[in-house]
Amino acid sequence: MNDIYIIITASLVATTCGLLGCFLILRKMAMVGDAISHAVLPGIVLAFLFSGSRDSVTMLLGAGLIGILTTFLIEFFHKKARLQTDASIGVTFTWLFAVGVVLISLFAGKVDLDQDCVLYGEIAYVPLDIIILDNGTNIGPKAIYVMGTIFLLILVFIIAFYKELFLTTFDPAFANAIGISTALWHYLLMSAVSATTVASFESVGAILVVALLIAPAATAYLITDNLKWMMVIAAISGIISSITGYYLAVWLDGSIAGAIATCAGILFGLTLVFSPTHGLVFKKINALEVSTKPSN
Amino acid sequence: MNSLFEFFSFSDPNIRFVVIGSVLLTASSAIVGSFTFLNKKSLVGDAIAHAVLPGICLGFMLSGTKNPVFLIGGAFITGWISLVLVEYITSKTRIKEDTAIGLILSVFFGIGILLLTVIQKSGNAAQSGLDHFLFGKAASLVGDDLYTFAAVAIALLIAVFLFFKEFTLLAFDKDYARAIGLPVKRIELILTSLIVLAVVIGIQAVGVVLMAAILITPAAAARFWTDRVRIMILLASVFGAISGLAGAYISYTAPQMPTGPWIVIVISMIAFVSFFFAPRRGVVSRLLRQYTIRRTINDENILKALYQLGEENKNFFIQRYPDEIIRKRKFEKDNLLKVLKRLRAQGYVESSGNLWGLTEEGKTRGQRVVKIHRLWEMYLTTQLHIAPDHVHEDADTIEHLLTPELEAELERLLDYPKQDPHRSEIPYK
Amino acid sequence: MEKEISLVPALEVHDVTVAFDRKPVLWNIDLTLPQGKLVGIIGPNGAGKSTLIKAVMGLLPLSSGYVKLFDKPIDDVRKRISYVPQRESVDWDFPASVLDIVLMGRYGKLGLFKRPRKADIDVAMDCLRKVGMESFVNRQISQLSGGQQQRTFLARALAQQADIYFMDEPFAGVDAATEKAIINLLRSMTDQKKTVIVVHHDLQSVPQYFDYVIMLNTRLVAYGPTESVFTQENLTGTYGGKLTLLTDVGDLIRREGFPNREAK
Repeated sequence: MNDIYIIITASLVATTCGLLGCFLILRKMAMVGDAISHAVLPGIVLAFLFSGSRDSVTMLLGAGLIGILTTFLIEFFHKKARLQTDASIGVTFTWLFAVGVVLISLFAGKVDLDQDCVLYGEIAYVPLDIIILDNGTNIGPKAIYVMGTIFLLILVFIIAFYKELFLTTFDPAFANAIGISTALWHYLLMSAVSATTVASFESVGAILVVALLIAPAATAYLITDNLKWMMVIAAISGIISSITGYYLAVWLDGSIAGAIATCAGILFGLTLVFSPTHGLVFKKINALEVSTKPSN
Repeated sequence: MNSLFEFFSFSDPNIRFVVIGSVLLTASSAIVGSFTFLNKKSLVGDAIAHAVLPGICLGFMLSGTKNPVFLIGGAFITGWISLVLVEYITSKTRIKEDTAIGLILSVFFGIGILLLTVIQKSGNAAQSGLDHFLFGKAASLVGDDLYTFAAVAIALLIAVFLFFKEFTLLAFDKDYARAIGLPVKRIELILTSLIVLAVVIGIQAVGVVLMAAILITPAAAARFWTDRVRIMILLASVFGAISGLAGAYISYTAPQMPTGPWIVIVISMIAFVSFFFAPRRGVVSRLLRQYTIRRTINDENILKALYQLGEENKNFFIQRYPDEIIRKRKFEKDNLLKVLKRLRAQGYVESSGNLWGLTEEGKTRGQRVVKIHRLWEMYLTTQLHIAPDHVHEDADTIEHLLTPELEAELERLLDYPKQDPHRSEIPYK
Repeated sequence: MEKEISLVPALEVHDVTVAFDRKPVLWNIDLTLPQGKLVGIIGPNGAGKSTLIKAVMGLLPLSSGYVKLFDKPIDDVRKRISYVPQRESVDWDFPASVLDIVLMGRYGKLGLFKRPRKADIDVAMDCLRKVGMESFVNRQISQLSGGQQQRTFLARALAQQADIYFMDEPFAGVDAATEKAIINLLRSMTDQKKTVIVVHHDLQSVPQYFDYVIMLNTRLVAYGPTESVFTQENLTGTYGGKLTLLTDVGDLIRREGFPNREAK
């Protein structure tokens, strides 16, 4: 049963991240997603300190705000201090992450987080934290409910505002011209990324969130030319990575999060080579066909 | 306080080791990082930093010890592979660079974590301390390691010294470098190898995740203080060294603290101070300049009003009540009096009681403003064919701004016109 | 009554200055365009042609002046304006089909939460037919040629059923056949009293294509009916002699961090 719980949690994280990741990579904001996933750490620690628990709404809100603050800071350093974008991203997230780690060390007694868990989570402990109803029934691990809620929220968000997200991603100038605010959707999407990062943090850690935001979406991008299918394929490849990753970790007796990231990478590598539409082999074959055509 | 004294006396050889070690690490990373910064490749440094982790683990697995040669060798190889992959994915598929970087970074790191956890559970006693690569620990630099790392750091410095000219040119204008026949590819190869090396030794101090900070942040901070590359790199290395020293100190006084994050916090603070308070480029300095400009505009507008009033009476030195000035041009009364007093202190106006008038210097300055205003209106209407009723506002700004050279050019271009588009006389001397 | 409405100018630009990083790139532009004309904006590179249409649509902040469309501020008439950005401004690797793109033209009218309906798809199909792209409806945009990409953008603009169209270099990188097809289409639009404003590069075709022409070189050199304005003298004014003084002053404004206009 435990492995099922872990796989379900990982799959929920992977699906949610996969959906958002599609928009991130199409907006060329993959590294901003990376930055946010690191930068929410101090928010999580502070929320921990103030609320005293790890599953409160305060924590989501607080860390979500830090996520927006990150986006804002990156833009501030870029526009007001005229720092080039790449450096502005690098400076902002490393600083916030460092603050987060130091806070953890300072309040080691009060905050139930450790540095390693920050990086690669403790998804193996998911089945230990279960919800038991008043009448004594065990309804499964809490993490599944938390991630499930976030997944549904993000799903509803994307379905309800698909049109706006699609347009502001593809052609921001046109969107603005017809009165759809690109800034608003930018910040909403970043809030969604922050919320997802926070919710996934303790199960999979900062780096795996990044891997799941980017790798499945990039994999899907090499397979399809249709945004809706891209999201579906990203979700599926996230789930496949979760399942294979889990068993890889069990086999090697290593970190589950690390193994899932590894599998997401392997899946991407396979797609890169064998994708029927944009894979390297297919391109080679195509090129051969074209070059042999005149002789037919 | 005692520990501070103890630390900075450097009497303990261990402290000496650690200090020299961490300062060398951070300073050399900062120097090499300056070029990634100038090449606008900051995030590539981040990718390499994450990608060396699996290499370190593999090096350990192969050798079974923490032999630095194996660790550095492994790190060097995977660091390089990550770069090649980023480049390959970006050029061969439609995936853009930022996605490729994020992908490689997180996947390589995931592999690294997987290997690290596998090693940790393998029961090999030698592995303890490998996890220092995650967050860094300056204090763990002792004995033999230190010699290796010092050697690498010094090699880095020498390489940068030798290729300084080429690296700078490449960062500034790659096409030009290619055009004058520099072997761009090979130089890039060298620079990349240096970055990988810097990362490999730098993560000893700050760890994988925060390595990007000691590469980029010192350079970003230094950029605010100077426009000269040499000075920028020198400053970056000094900033890096300061943060390294701070890291060593923290490692010494609070061994349970992770060193890396503290180093990053110190260097980030230096950067923020630079962003805000650096002369010229800093945010505050720019705001201050705005304030000064606004003050100048205010001053000159009052002198202009007094001059224009003088034109009406054909006497520029009549003293008037503030209300009369306000009738000519709208000013807030309190503000007007404040500025008048300031102008008096500077010798541009004189007063007797509540009566205010221009001095000779004040008249000259007011006249210049009026002249430029009318010349600019003339320029806009005659040369740019802008309607005469639209030129006034523009001239209201330009009149405070024009340098004497541009003023002379304007006069020459318009051939010293007598009147502006509204038939007001243009006052020369 | 009808006549009165069409007397309202399609576009009124009043004393507009636009600055990037404080440096003015357009100085004091003043112009008024009647409805139902095909208007070309010409000028050398860096003259501010794209900047002008972006500023008019409110995509760039104005340092001074105001813009009115049909005698109303831009935000009141958003649904009546349409924009065709430069083809290179978007990522054509984007996972979307031709129909997806054209349907974007309906988004402004749809509002939040609503998805495109059958009627919207009909409009989109109709517009695709007008630009001769009906057989490419489900084609992925990454597989289009330059001319087809431009036609897709044009169809999207048509689908907006707007009254005024701003087009940023719609003829850049398209083949002669597409250019001819596009210009015929624009003609038929102006025949229906639509106003079409086009940033254009090729001087030779100006008299043949446009009713009105706006000649720009960081300031307005001339504007008006093509036959009276498109003269050798104005062309020299537009493309000849650079106004170095103006550029120098612009640089000075940026360097000194000068405010654009005095705070009143």
